[in-house]
Amino acid sequence: MVETLKPRRRFRQRSVIPGFGITFGYTLTCLGLIVLLPLAALVVKASGLGLSGIWEVATDPRVASALRVSFGVSLLAALTASVFGGIVAWVLTRYDFPGRKLADAVVDLPFALPTAVAGIALASLYAPNGLVGAQLARIGIEAAYTPVGIFIAMVFIGLPFAVRTVQPLIAEIDKEVEEASAILGASRITTLTRVVLPPLIPAVLTGFALAFARGVGEYGSIIFIAGNLPYVSEIAPLLIVIKLSEFDYAGASAIAVIMLAISFVTLLAINLIQAWSRRRFGYV
Amino acid sequence: MSEALTQGPLSPPTEAVRLPASVVTERRMVRWLLIAVALAFLALFLVLPLLTVFAQALAKGWGAYFTAFAEPDAQAAIRLTLLVAAIAVPFNLVFGVAASWAIAKFEFRGKNLLVTLIDLPFSVSPVVSGLIYVLVFGSRGLFGPFLVEHDIQIIFAVPGIVLATIFVTFPFVARQLIPLMQEQGTAEEEAALTLGASGWHAFRTVTLPNIRWGLLYSVLLCNARAMGEFGAVSVVSGHIRGLTNTLPLHVEILYNEYNFVAAFAVASLLAGLALVTLAVKSVLEWRYADDLAAGARRH
Repeated sequence: MVETLKPRRRFRQRSVIPGFGITFGYTLTCLGLIVLLPLAALVVKASGLGLSGIWEVATDPRVASALRVSFGVSLLAALTASVFGGIVAWVLTRYDFPGRKLADAVVDLPFALPTAVAGIALASLYAPNGLVGAQLARIGIEAAYTPVGIFIAMVFIGLPFAVRTVQPLIAEIDKEVEEASAILGASRITTLTRVVLPPLIPAVLTGFALAFARGVGEYGSIIFIAGNLPYVSEIAPLLIVIKLSEFDYAGASAIAVIMLAISFVTLLAINLIQAWSRRRFGYV
Repeated sequence: MSEALTQGPLSPPTEAVRLPASVVTERRMVRWLLIAVALAFLALFLVLPLLTVFAQALAKGWGAYFTAFAEPDAQAAIRLTLLVAAIAVPFNLVFGVAASWAIAKFEFRGKNLLVTLIDLPFSVSPVVSGLIYVLVFGSRGLFGPFLVEHDIQIIFAVPGIVLATIFVTFPFVARQLIPLMQEQGTAEEEAALTLGASGWHAFRTVTLPNIRWGLLYSVLLCNARAMGEFGAVSVVSGHIRGLTNTLPLHVEILYNEYNFVAAFAVASLLAGLALVTLAVKSVLEWRYADDLAAGARRH
């Protein structure tokens, strides 16, 4: 603390605006107590196990299966959300149709709707006797209480990320470039695949990564529809809750650290994508 | 005629080149097909679940619907949810304004790291957010022995719920205000100070009016998350009926007891909150897009 304050002149540039000390100090205090201290406690707890201990937890068949389900299904869901999210973003920005603004507002629903509410709604919709579940059952698909249900919940929760990261970039596309491409004789398909889409790729990847990270950590909207069968439809966050209820703090921390590590790798990937995009296209 | 232009030679050089709209968009049929796909997807994945909440809540009529709220446990859950939001949201509001003041109005080393750390709670799973507080304040946690000795209960009690809620909503206000205040710079505040205003006076009369819509916007989203948080709160709450159950936890209990009408009735209250949040948010985005600035689309 003393070290950061002493060389203050060099630490921050001079300014006539007052209030740096108090707001900066308050920010660090809150950040430290609310965010960093508890996260440090997790790291300490997990490091008590050592790498071999964490590995042991991770390779426990039930844990390994839960991690596989969480990451595997989230990958598929993020992929789906990115494809359809891309279409939704394109349609909302480029086309005019009745109800466009309403559709645009609806996209944010998963951000606003509490996850438990989404969870029970999806569960009752996709249950074998539910509105959609009954139709799916007719064609032989069991959605609720299987990984398919987890997939549906993860698409729901990931969709806004996929749409909202791509949307502003579509809005910024310079139409003159498209016109130039058309004048030079390119078909619309060629223009789209060679001119319009390439600059959108970093944003699509970012949206994908955000949806993926959210899906892996998601709990509330999944547990109701998943059925939570060990080795089949049990997700990693649920396993943390189960370990906690058995007072197995170390086991819960090990799973949590594995999940944190992977979400940091995802975050890092997002930053790399954005840095690459800035170099390549001059914007994020 | 659009085909003629894209495939054939361009119009005579004497006329200004005017491309028909269809050159920079898709054919009508493709357009409608894409619109149909997008709307069908939104309807199936987003609108249908929302409608289900209300349909199931009213499945047995209005009488059964209102009975769900007459229950003392439901009322206790409503009170607790309001209490938690009433503490967590103002806390994060003050933190967010202080953090964005320090970060946006000054230049100092390590700023990017600080912003990243503030964002951290968004990339932590809700369940992990609860877990870390159990590790600090739980009876077998870091401060466990001390807390037990002094008979202070944080986990499985209201303070734990408040802390977990503050954690998951921690970045909301700050991450909305930082880009907004950075965009606005310091010129106006400097002018006010030069004219003799005190720092606090400059903040109240210059900065605050500039950021008010962004502030309202972020408080709105922060509140929605605070009232709706499930995973983190579920871990630290202990699920004691009438004492440590928030509305989302009450929904879970009712649902697991197969009391579907009551579960969806309580859920409809939260869904209503979500709809109001979305409506106000959209109005703010349409009317004050410039005042929300760079942060408007970020979550």
